[in-house]
Amino acid sequence: MKKILSFTLNGQPYEVAVKPKTTLIELIRDEIGLTGPKIGCNAGACGACTVLIDGKAVDSCSVLALQVEGHSVETVEGLADGDKLHPLQEAFLDDGGYQCGFCTPGMLMAAKSLLNENPDPSIHEIRHGLSGNLCRCTGYVRIIDSIHDAAQRMKKEGGEKS
Amino acid sequence: MSEFSVIGKPVRRIDGLEKVTGAAQYTTDIKLPGMLIGKMLRSPHPHAKILNIDTSAAEKLLGVKAVITGPRDTLGVKYSNWRRYPHLMDETALAMDRVRYIGEPIAAVAAVDADVAEEALSLIEVEYEILPAVFDPLEAMKDGAPQIHEGPTVRNNVSEARHFEFGNVDEAFKKCDYVREDTFYLHPVIHAFIEPYNSVARYEGDGKLTIWTSTQTPYYIQTLLAMALGLKEGNIRVIKPHVGGGFGGKMELFSDQVVAAILSMKTGKPVKVELTREECFEGGRRRHPMYYTLKTGYMKDGTILAKEAKLYTDGGAYNAMGPTSLYLSGFFQMFPYAIPNYRYDGFHVYTNKTPATAMRGFGGPQAEFTCDSQIDMIAEHLGMDPAEIRLKNRMKPGHVIPGLAKVESCGIKECIERAMESTGWKEKKGKLPKGRGIGMGCYGFMSGGVFNWINSPYAYSGAMVRVNVDGTVDVYIGSAEIGQGSDTVAAQIVAEKLGVPMSDINVVRGDTRTCPPDLGAWGSRQTLMVGNALIMACDQILDKLYKTAAALMGPNVVYDYAAKDGRVFIKERPERGLDFVEVVKAAIRADEGNQLIGRGYYTPHDKGMVSPAYSFGAQVAEVEVDEETGKVTLLQVTTAHDCGQVINELGVEGQLEGAFVMGQGYTLSENLVTDQGKILNPSFVDYKLMRAPDVPENFTSLMVETYEPEGPFGAKEAGEGLTNPNAGCIANAIYDAIGVRITDMPITPEKILKALDEKKKKEAKG
Ligand code: FES
Ligand code: FES
Repeated sequence: MKKILSFTLNGQPYEVAVKPKTTLIELIRDEIGLTGPKIGCNAGACGACTVLIDGKAVDSCSVLALQVEGHSVETVEGLADGDKLHPLQEAFLDDGGYQCGFCTPGMLMAAKSLLNENPDPSIHEIRHGLSGNLCRCTGYVRIIDSIHDAAQRMKKEGGEKS
Repeated sequence: MSEFSVIGKPVRRIDGLEKVTGAAQYTTDIKLPGMLIGKMLRSPHPHAKILNIDTSAAEKLLGVKAVITGPRDTLGVKYSNWRRYPHLMDETALAMDRVRYIGEPIAAVAAVDADVAEEALSLIEVEYEILPAVFDPLEAMKDGAPQIHEGPTVRNNVSEARHFEFGNVDEAFKKCDYVREDTFYLHPVIHAFIEPYNSVARYEGDGKLTIWTSTQTPYYIQTLLAMALGLKEGNIRVIKPHVGGGFGGKMELFSDQVVAAILSMKTGKPVKVELTREECFEGGRRRHPMYYTLKTGYMKDGTILAKEAKLYTDGGAYNAMGPTSLYLSGFFQMFPYAIPNYRYDGFHVYTNKTPATAMRGFGGPQAEFTCDSQIDMIAEHLGMDPAEIRLKNRMKPGHVIPGLAKVESCGIKECIERAMESTGWKEKKGKLPKGRGIGMGCYGFMSGGVFNWINSPYAYSGAMVRVNVDGTVDVYIGSAEIGQGSDTVAAQIVAEKLGVPMSDINVVRGDTRTCPPDLGAWGSRQTLMVGNALIMACDQILDKLYKTAAALMGPNVVYDYAAKDGRVFIKERPERGLDFVEVVKAAIRADEGNQLIGRGYYTPHDKGMVSPAYSFGAQVAEVEVDEETGKVTLLQVTTAHDCGQVINELGVEGQLEGAFVMGQGYTLSENLVTDQGKILNPSFVDYKLMRAPDVPENFTSLMVETYEPEGPFGAKEAGEGLTNPNAGCIANAIYDAIGVRITDMPITPEKILKALDEKKKKEAKG
């Protein structure tokens, strides 16, 4: 009944046998054992399980594992480059973008997707870009600030590189 | 303030790195070898007798390892946080012979995986005799209403009545120029923490058990689990990993914890019980709906002379923390005003709905909505500025509420003034274009409760600090970090006291086996209480270090010493000092190599019946109301908060914003809709939490620093009080914008449109 699934997770190729019913979040958390992405509702309504598929944010509770065949999946665990944190992570740390941290892995990935599409978003765009992700602790204010700050940091880094 | 090295300085939280990398472990992330999955069967009826439970088919299912029911497999012990007041303990882990709300757990299974566990649940046959049910507290109090609990202390479903009174209310009413009475209704909402209730229990044999669980109160879980299981408290180890939010909803022992433990004891395997989101709605807790009547007497100049408050709370099927919400709601009804004559009568009423309990603000949001709405009505009647009337009646430092509270520091005056100044209140109030309005709400809140319902012989907070030979410091605390940042605050306090860098502090927490008992995270108690315990512990260490330094340095007269920036030095001669590590080593040697440990605790003295200290604040909101759709948009929100000495500014601001937005949702959109006891919107799709695009774009937090003598470094509450004034503040702003007053929460677009319609009809009639 299981099928072989090949995909990339945080840059690593994977080949795993999965049941057709298994969702992507189940595969990542229960079978592969990366517990960064969280389950808040298991119904596509809170965004705690947000991961990137080919750079775009999706609720991994609402995607079947087999649907990522041949695709590249990224979780919060893949955000930092070794010891070097991603500017989003640095900004969340400096600007207070988290409290309990349960929504944070999803928020960071939603933010990354947003910045992938729009490297210099306005506050308004950030607010709307996060509409799929619930946070009950922060009131979003500092999450929005953190993402804005990260975009500035990335612009600066990019500028320095070129 | 410049004399501090760490307090009030921007520091990164100590749990930050693991939280932004996904490494932070929550209970839900725990997977143990051989772990089984537990699930609970819940009642579909709001009120029924259980005649029989047949588990035989479920037991036979392949992959099922245990099936338990209340009467057969539990001790049937009634437990709750009310150990000191046993008549209030009314709940069991699994129903014994009756269910009282839809969602009440009846039986549980442990199986090899979730699918098998679910299937097993569907094979359990329960025979019910349906009983008449009642869903509204006013109905439930009537003679002849279905009785939800029997017992000598329950009459007409009232499980607890609270009364307090001081001054002479009736005489004062006679003296008043005006007396007005208004009624209000407050609706139910839920905590909606993003991490569902969940636990992993592992029975170790020999009466010993370890449980990982998502809780605000590890010590309560330890003591109550011992009671529910018949084990020794000390043999139960409660581990609290990171917690994905609590807000008052995780401060009691819950069925998932007891059931996981019993299933593990039965099977000899670790068992995980995790509620689905829907179960968190149906089998969880909520904020109390309340019917409030306020009668207030005042003079022409705006002085409030007397107030009488009457309250009926819809407690749901069990007491939970309801009796405290009831008490505190009557108490916060006075804040932040100096009411000379006050009478309060509150009734906690059982209904066949999910139990209501503590939730951020703990009775305060309901109280302040009614209080703030009515103060604005009084101001309008007198033609006064609502800010002026608040200033006129405000509490002052040193205020005493007879028999209840002593308020030391109180910055409410500065809060109101700074909020007015920052928002341009005087230019805006009553002068904004139609459809736009500005409103104010004010509050005072506790910094920890002087409550010991759990009947613990231990102090409110305990702490242990150990300085290692290399100068690193281990800090053992039993307080519960649930996202509010309290572990970081604890580390900051120790770093400041000992003069060591934050990076040298290691906080050991969340484990009842290694940490001192502490009553946990509720009532905004942790900064003040564990902070004071840490200061006591650090002072013991400093005493040893100072004596050692004196012996090493041998000054010719007695000097006072200080520790700062990695040095121990003579206070008046900072240049004369020694390296901290050197002194630590010498102190340990001088004490025959004994570890350098300080132990502290905190118990308030002479602080009244409620809290050791009170925070204050003023909240101003500017709104725009679309008269076509009834939609309310928050344009600008300003909070001026007096939390004493700020320890972590980023943390305080984050708490204020989070509290405001929770209050915004409470006011405008959240509502747990029930029909015949059935929750109709048990999901994050249908239950409308605030999302990022909904929150105000402009949020200003103003820190009004006072010095609270009872607080560590002068600090007090920061995380909860601001939940309280928002509903009143927003309601007042809406009134300013369009001239309609909603007294029945939540303030939805439909209600606004209806009220506008009625207003127009009235105006047309002239
Ligand atoms: S867990 Fe996937 S959206 Fe909530
Ligand atoms: S930080 Fe707790 S839910 Fe967002």
